[in-house]
Amino acid sequence: MTSISYPTRLPQTLAQKLIARAAGLPQVSVGEVVTCQVDLAMFHDSSGPRRLKPMLDALGAQIWDPSKVVLVMDHYVPAQDADAKRIVQITRDTALEWRLPNVIDSEGICHVVLPERGHLHPGMMCVGGDSHSPTGGAFGTYMFGIGATEMLGVVVTGEIWVQVPRTLRMQWTGQLARGVCAKDMMLHMIAHFGMNGGQYQAVEFSGEAVMALGMQERMTLSNMSAEMGAQVGLIAADDTTCAYLRAVGVSEDALQNATDWQSDAGADCEDFHFDAAGLSPQVAAPHSPANTRDVGDYADVTLDVAYIGACTGAKLEDLRAAAEVLRGHSVAQGVRLLVAPASARDQAQAEREGVMQVLRDAGAQVLPNSCGACAGYGATFEEGARVISSTARNFQGRMGPASVQVYLASPWTVAASALQGRISDVRDLL
Amino acid sequence: MKTSRVWKLGADVDTDALAPGAYMKNGIEVIAQHCLEVLRPDFAKGVRPGDIVVAGRNFGIGSSREQAAGALVHLGVRAVVAPSFSGLFFRNAFNLGLLLLTCPEAELLQDAEVVTLVHAGVQRDDGTLLACHPIPDFLMNMIHAGGLMNVLKRRSQGNRHE
Repeated sequence: MTSISYPTRLPQTLAQKLIARAAGLPQVSVGEVVTCQVDLAMFHDSSGPRRLKPMLDALGAQIWDPSKVVLVMDHYVPAQDADAKRIVQITRDTALEWRLPNVIDSEGICHVVLPERGHLHPGMMCVGGDSHSPTGGAFGTYMFGIGATEMLGVVVTGEIWVQVPRTLRMQWTGQLARGVCAKDMMLHMIAHFGMNGGQYQAVEFSGEAVMALGMQERMTLSNMSAEMGAQVGLIAADDTTCAYLRAVGVSEDALQNATDWQSDAGADCEDFHFDAAGLSPQVAAPHSPANTRDVGDYADVTLDVAYIGACTGAKLEDLRAAAEVLRGHSVAQGVRLLVAPASARDQAQAEREGVMQVLRDAGAQVLPNSCGACAGYGATFEEGARVISSTARNFQGRMGPASVQVYLASPWTVAASALQGRISDVRDLL
Repeated sequence: MKTSRVWKLGADVDTDALAPGAYMKNGIEVIAQHCLEVLRPDFAKGVRPGDIVVAGRNFGIGSSREQAAGALVHLGVRAVVAPSFSGLFFRNAFNLGLLLLTCPEAELLQDAEVVTLVHAGVQRDDGTLLACHPIPDFLMNMIHAGGLMNVLKRRSQGNRHE
């Protein structure tokens, strides 16, 4: 939209490079508003066809490129009532009508199945009809969430406007203690910056503690950039990224320049430093993820429910963590442990590894591979319940009646607390 | 100039408060009845077309569900005035034709106060003006059109006439 002449090439952040490529420009400046070509648009059963189809029909328009659309059914499945059934039916019928080649139905949560099926790779510009779409940033993809009407604009035009953000670079040095993980890092950062402290800028995670994480842990960081109010949460690709993407079938062509997607030395970032070694398990008290303190500060909180679910808390690496704590033990009397694995593939792998059996033996009730209680659309918790949850948000009324008290923590901490019947420091059990 | 009555809220109003998840399977007319009920049970019934919402910082944090903005539009809210907004909510609001005014001093406004929205900001009864950040032209055009849907409609009609 704006044309700017560039006298000399300035060092660019990863965010600037990704936007510039999608806008077809040699470089972009912070604050500039540009129009980007979209490489992939993801939406689900809540944000997708039931909202998009009436609008698309009213326009008499077509989807610009069905091969660039991925539809995931994860919010209203399995359908629990007549309304949910209706929404699921509309979604399935529309998928056929639009001849969408990429439909993932009841096999897991969108942010997890999208990379799992090889849809993302470094350098792409993507949008998702869900606020946790920054998860894609873990793969060096510029991916952010938009609402249904804006998604309509994307599927009609193939374009989206972006105001080039500043980059806030989170540099984590040192090594995490055993039982401390990406969720703790993220809750700590959200507490530091506040719920909207990211001010819709680009967050980039870097440093040895970040690069030591596996891809699913990195996804947890990128995902909850949303809670900081950032537009995206980027992590530059490295060998770990490429190994994951090869394993899920991403082509060598797509990975050719994968590790070139880095911020330039001297690029204009705001730097923040964190020490991984000194980090304790973190817990966010009701009703905000920013309401986070060290686990020890909540040791007197007793619990009714321990919930391991969601795209930020029930992936394979999360299930393995919980099993490590629960192996050979049973949950405390009076505590219900619920586990909703984030994808069918992760659950199948956890089954093969014996992880699911450990969880069941400890007393876990296993729920479907969907957003479940995290989205608050389906089954939720009873009046006054005290819940510790590995999910991303604990807003009042999100996961049940306004009286429900939700504490957010890592799967390690949720498992440890389920065993003790109160919020507990997992490091004492390892 | 038309005047507007203020509905005052605190900081960090989230999308679950604006469009509660339990009603998300319903249409906007049902969601709107429950808009803000955890914070102000009197809001959905009491708000009148042309009223404005005034809040603390970080209005609209949370989900991408645009029904959060859509519920306010449905109830006839003319604008939301706050020191800062969630970036995602900001996009959704303009896409639905809901004006958001970023006003560093929004919290000076009182509940039930009657104000006038003017070009540069919010004018109080005593004549003082609370300045708001300027809004880029392409977003103001979206407000004048009544949202992105109407912009796309015009564009497709334009194409057909060519």
